[in-house]
Amino acid sequence: MHIYLPIAEMSVNIFIVLSLGGAVGLLSGLFGVGGGFLMTPLLIFIGVPPAVAVGTQAAQTVASSVSGVLAHMRRRNVDFTMGAVLTAGGFVGSGVGVWLFNVLKSAGHIDLTISLGYVIFLGVVGSFMLAESLPGVLNRRPVAVALAARGPGRHMWMHGLPFKMRFRRSRLYVSALLPLSIGFLVGLLVAMMGVGGGFLMVPAMIYLLGMPTQVVIGTSLLQITFVTAGAALMQATVNQSVDIVLALLLLVIGVIGAQVGARLSSKVKGEHLRVMLGLMVLAVAIRLAFDLVISPSDAFSLGGGDGS
Amino acid sequence: MRRGIVAFAAVLGLATAHAEAQDVPLVADLANHLVAITTGFTGTDVLLFGATDGPGDIVVVVRGPAKDEVVRRKGRFGPIWANAEAVTFRDVPSYYRVASNRPLQEFAPEMLLERRQIGVDTIRMSNVGETIPLDQAAAFREALLRLRTADNLYDQGVGDIALMSNRLFRTALHFPANVPTGTYMVEVYLFREGQITSAEIVPLNISKIGISAEIFDFAHGRFAFFYGLMAVLLAGGAGWVAGAVFRRV
Repeated sequence: MHIYLPIAEMSVNIFIVLSLGGAVGLLSGLFGVGGGFLMTPLLIFIGVPPAVAVGTQAAQTVASSVSGVLAHMRRRNVDFTMGAVLTAGGFVGSGVGVWLFNVLKSAGHIDLTISLGYVIFLGVVGSFMLAESLPGVLNRRPVAVALAARGPGRHMWMHGLPFKMRFRRSRLYVSALLPLSIGFLVGLLVAMMGVGGGFLMVPAMIYLLGMPTQVVIGTSLLQITFVTAGAALMQATVNQSVDIVLALLLLVIGVIGAQVGARLSSKVKGEHLRVMLGLMVLAVAIRLAFDLVISPSDAFSLGGGDGS
Repeated sequence: MRRGIVAFAAVLGLATAHAEAQDVPLVADLANHLVAITTGFTGTDVLLFGATDGPGDIVVVVRGPAKDEVVRRKGRFGPIWANAEAVTFRDVPSYYRVASNRPLQEFAPEMLLERRQIGVDTIRMSNVGETIPLDQAAAFREALLRLRTADNLYDQGVGDIALMSNRLFRTALHFPANVPTGTYMVEVYLFREGQITSAEIVPLNISKIGISAEIFDFAHGRFAFFYGLMAVLLAGGAGWVAGAVFRRV
């Protein structure tokens, strides 16, 4: 059975979309990761235009992060001041990202930028996952412990920055420029690659800002919710690239998949699965990198500019 | 399809009678003048039928709305391949197909085909902006034709027209799922002794209908911001509902 996507202007097999959405949702529930970094490249693989894949994925990320942030708010694990500063940076970042996306699109380099972005991004995420879980599987001390042991307070240069702000919940007194620039980078990623950016933000909040771990996830989800919402709104207004039919299909099945995954995660051995996910993510990165390096089967391509 | 055949038979009866009465050498029409792209659209066939007042050859050309098209060529930058040169062609038909009752070369002089732009190779394209050597422009042009063919929007070959008793003809025009919207021109030519003795143009409208059309118009219209807002609120609401539902389960 096929369904016509009004904004992507293409007809897709509804079962392919549903199984992709369900599978990515399952993985995101199982591993507690946002599914955007898998979903966006998959959508591009099945022929959805990159702009529509990114815009739609941003809208879908709103759905998956909203329930998360509400759960964390109930447990009072959200630093609203920090969230607001991160979000402000995120809005600026995603604004710049949407603009940059358009410039690159009319120059014909958007596909390359997205591919390159994913090669780096998936390469980093995959390596981290392996680094974190392989020692556990091989019965050694996890790297994460070694990293955390360094703790905050060592980065003296950061404490010389101006515009210091007090963040009560995080019990921090740091320059607002730090969370602003973290938020900016994440916003850029959201607008250009359709990912939530949690993978970048969470370690930055722990190791760079020195935030207490229990408020990190909730606060990052707060930022992701607002920044992806802002990015989706901008993509819809500027590029008309949010496909609501595709977004609804993905989020309905994705939400179910994520809940099933979350339930499964308590029953299966996490570390072996993390190794497998890490390997899978690395494989996608290598595959994308390979496509960039080998001679293309057809050097010519259509559109991407004013013509299409 | 059955409805199409019935319509075909009925109108054909009228058409031949009409042709004889008025001595028009060629009449042609489409079974539908509107292709509706609905939510379940996966491509469609539209029946073209007609009659002539005597022996002759029929050629049908379908042209989609003309648009500017950018063709890009990749080049090597260090280890990676990236788009390098680009050529913009002005007013290229977004869809193109030719059909005839026998091979074109058997009855139509090449010059005439070229003048009327019958056949994929005769489509006129002028590139704008970029200054690129003529032989290179040809490579870009060829790439455009090849890629459009790969997308099922052009057909390098010539489709079949069924010709019966040298009077009645019909052919099915195929429009794939990715067909661009707009007004199409279906040109029907009657060839006799190397000349076009009669021609008829039937317009065909391809447009989005129903919910998908409304979504598209909403998203592209003046209220694009509110479309975005609706999408975001819908997504946020769905996430909230899902979270609330699964918390209870």
